[in-house]
Amino acid sequence: MVVRLFMRQFQHNLIRQLKRYSKRAALKGERLESQWETVIGLEIHAQISAKSKLFSGSGTTFASPINSMVSFFDASLPGTLPVLNRRCVEAGILTALALQCRLNLVSMFDRKHYFYADLPAGYQITQQRCPLAKDGHVEYLAPDEVHRKLVLKRARLTQLQLEQDSGKSLHDVEMSHSLIDLNRAGIGLMEIITEPEFCSAVEAASFVRELQLILQVIGVCDGKMEEGSLRVDASVSVRRPSEPLGIRSEIKNLNSIRHLMRSIEFETLRQISILESGGQVLNETRAYDVETGETVSMRDKERLHDYRFMAEPNLPPLRLYTNDTVPNGVPSDQIINVDELRAMLPELPNAKRERLKKQYGLSVEHSNVFVNEPTLLECFEKIVANQNLQNVKIASNICINEVLAAVNKKNIAFSASNLSAESVGELVELVQDEVISLLTLRKILEVLLQDSSKLPKQVIEERGWHQVSNETALENICCQVIAANPKVVDDYRDGKTKVFNYLIGEVQKKLSGQSNVKAVVRIMKQKLDT
Amino acid sequence: MFAANIKQVAALMQNGQLSAKDLCELCIKRMKRIKELNVFITEMPELALRSACAADRRIKNGSGDILEGIPVAFKDNFSTAGIRTSCASRMLKGYVPPYNATVVEKLISRGSVLMGKTNMDEFAMGCGSVDGAFGPVRNPWKYRFEATRRDRPGAAQSSPSAARIADRGRQFHSASPSQCLDVEADDSAEWFIAGGSSGGSAVSVASGAVLAALGSDTGGSTRNPASYCGVVGLKPTYGLLSRHGLIPLVNSMDVPGILTRSVDDAVVILNALAGHDPKDSTTVVEPFKPCALPDVASIKGLKIGIPQEYHAPGLSSDMKDSWQHVADIVENAGATVKRVSLPHTALSIVCYHVLCACEVASNMARYDGLEYGHRAKDESSTESLYAASRHEAFNNVVRGRILAGNYFLLKQNYDRYYVQAQRVRRLISQDFWNTFRSGIDILLTPTVLGDAPSYRWFSKADNRTRTQEQDVFTQPANMAGIPAISLPVALSSNGLPLGLQLLGQPFKEQQLLTAAKAIEQLVNFRALDFDKLLYCD
Repeated sequence: MVVRLFMRQFQHNLIRQLKRYSKRAALKGERLESQWETVIGLEIHAQISAKSKLFSGSGTTFASPINSMVSFFDASLPGTLPVLNRRCVEAGILTALALQCRLNLVSMFDRKHYFYADLPAGYQITQQRCPLAKDGHVEYLAPDEVHRKLVLKRARLTQLQLEQDSGKSLHDVEMSHSLIDLNRAGIGLMEIITEPEFCSAVEAASFVRELQLILQVIGVCDGKMEEGSLRVDASVSVRRPSEPLGIRSEIKNLNSIRHLMRSIEFETLRQISILESGGQVLNETRAYDVETGETVSMRDKERLHDYRFMAEPNLPPLRLYTNDTVPNGVPSDQIINVDELRAMLPELPNAKRERLKKQYGLSVEHSNVFVNEPTLLECFEKIVANQNLQNVKIASNICINEVLAAVNKKNIAFSASNLSAESVGELVELVQDEVISLLTLRKILEVLLQDSSKLPKQVIEERGWHQVSNETALENICCQVIAANPKVVDDYRDGKTKVFNYLIGEVQKKLSGQSNVKAVVRIMKQKLDT
Repeated sequence: MFAANIKQVAALMQNGQLSAKDLCELCIKRMKRIKELNVFITEMPELALRSACAADRRIKNGSGDILEGIPVAFKDNFSTAGIRTSCASRMLKGYVPPYNATVVEKLISRGSVLMGKTNMDEFAMGCGSVDGAFGPVRNPWKYRFEATRRDRPGAAQSSPSAARIADRGRQFHSASPSQCLDVEADDSAEWFIAGGSSGGSAVSVASGAVLAALGSDTGGSTRNPASYCGVVGLKPTYGLLSRHGLIPLVNSMDVPGILTRSVDDAVVILNALAGHDPKDSTTVVEPFKPCALPDVASIKGLKIGIPQEYHAPGLSSDMKDSWQHVADIVENAGATVKRVSLPHTALSIVCYHVLCACEVASNMARYDGLEYGHRAKDESSTESLYAASRHEAFNNVVRGRILAGNYFLLKQNYDRYYVQAQRVRRLISQDFWNTFRSGIDILLTPTVLGDAPSYRWFSKADNRTRTQEQDVFTQPANMAGIPAISLPVALSSNGLPLGLQLLGQPFKEQQLLTAAKAIEQLVNFRALDFDKLLYCD
């Protein structure tokens, strides 16, 4: 139906142009970027996890057969009316509370008009004039550019509004057809708008990660960017320090954190190159091309839209109540009480990080890892609670540096690894009691990840991986190594202490890594120094 | 038969003197005889007979529902499952909704027999029922039927049972042959408009094809044709009846309207339809208390306001006289009649036009020919497909309002038009509130400026000009959401019916309808005697 061949041609030209830009930018490199500041604002669309859509009873299951989740209302049949889904409102309120927003006790819905094939009514119901909530903020950790340490930052939020998602269009250029799937049309979205205050792609990405985590923790959005449940638009502009904001372009529909970062980085360079060569940045919407890693201009028409906003006449104002204002005699299913929802909020990531730091003395980095890995944290807290550990640090180190590293290497999530708290706990215990070395632990983990039915002790028994701590046995091996490496020993005694580790390594080799390293070091030192 | 009210007909069916099937057949016969009036867009005689037979079975099995077997019609903007719902537009000529509007569902589930879908102005945009894709509706009053001009099957008489009721029913205004000949003999095209936009529904009731019909009322679309056709037209309080399934004109003003031959019948239908609908969030949740009117209604003690602003330019002397006359009658009957002022009335119609255009522009955006409706052949791009489909399928009136509405909603115009109109709307509502707060119970006004205009005269000006004239007394009630009813009270010097309007307080339908019934009994308007008109000997 729709042929947009000209678009392709247009895009090709652009990509070629941009390649030139970025090459030039790369050549000038550091020097260029250091003279410019990037300013980034984000608009996040989070699909609300709800059984039915924002204004209709149809289902929301991802990847359902095409056009199978479409009610009469979703297809905009004449005479159908929107009925607000209570669950979506509650999700919006929980989110607003978690993001420290100011809730509007009365909010309104508006119609935003534009013609598009996947928008059946010709308008989207959204909240433009009086949104559900305003003025929030999120504290998040972002790596410091220079030291790579995590630093606490704060992002300010402009507003949070409820709105409908659109359907999906698939343009078949060869057949000159557009295929429309309305399954997504009308699913509840929360649109979260930030102030344009992020200074780098890393900052923006860290914020989105934190937001994703918050939404997941409070259970209002599954946060699956790859399925489109969380989509980000980034407004990017550059300026010289202390100058007013530059002209921005908007990169639409970024569906992974990596794409978000790459596209912002590319866009920054592109804009700097344009400005450096005396050009002007266009205020336009752009798309990120995953294959080339570049942003490309979308249809120019879009930025000229006048959306002709109008109050949605079929929905009364959305009223929220607090414990103090709940009217008497009205059934509770017709009332939304903010205070009741507030009481339902679980521990939020930031509070959790603080607690982990305080309760277990964890580093910022470790507590951050745990907050991002809730099942691993659960495992860690179980271990710590069950065992009388002298040192919580061993447990957190093993969880993060060993267990998480091992599952990451296998490209699976900890929750999918089938590693139980019991077996990880046993590993911690074994290391703490110096029954095994870290090298052995890694070997055991390998085995457990293959076959989770076994426990570490079983594996050790079966494979004879006990750590050799027997003093005389270790002394013998040390003597053998010394005898076999007279030159190295001489070097050591001449003051080249670096070679010491080589000798220890030789001992380890002889014992297939099962020696108690501490003991070996002590004995070896003793032998060499006397 | 057609003199009886719903309660009487229901009683006849309950005690076996009349079957729903016989009644349905009578109505089908009547529908055929009035074909020339262009009342129905879709007639469903077979379906109606089947439902009537089913009603007979249920009555036999003990169903005592007053609506069992009662023939009704719906304006063609109420969605009816499996039955075309066209809004009198090319756009929806082939559209068959998969669901029933709530009000349709309510009547059908109570056993009413759906006779057909009635003609209207395209998408209810108009006040004459002349601007629809199916041609104009004709007013039965003073209409010269082919039958009266050619053969006169004087033998054809209504059934015995019908004659019996006619005897003890109320009196008829008989359209005498001399009146028929009043129309200029040399111009057979001279006939009167039915009013609109629910003209088809009004005529279906006036001509006896059904006992009750639903119209819609956004700016007067039920009351206007009620006045021109000599029937009762009730616009309930906004939020009392569900709009789910009613194809919208202006969502914030639309209400399903009730057209009947008497106030008692309007009460029966209102009681069947009113109440919260979970599918329409603008309906009130408080339970509806059914209206119950006494056999002899009294207006004694009521405070009736006569708004001075309704002495508008263009008000016919006939209408003015009837208004004065009825005011005198009610005063004599014990009501207090008081002059009142609704100072912002004059602004109302302009404000209505702005708001109407805005919502129209928005509501019409869905008609793109993709999911349903007319689809043009031009598929060179999505935009040109939309443009061609919409251009081909909407008439000038609809397109004009869409254009105006989009203009008003543009960012640079929004405050000057849309926001300003909303402010004025609030002032108009406040006028009513202030009046009611001052102790007035009900307002009495003309429904329209005069009697039904001739089609020839009416079609001399465009739709916009005509709606501006025609809706002047009716749309303020929609702006304020208050209930209103038009009652036939007299005949004009031209022999055409004149309607007066009563405006009540929100959700006080009981009070409004009691007053309406009292006036109905006082003025004793004689309805159109159709049998005599058709076979005027």
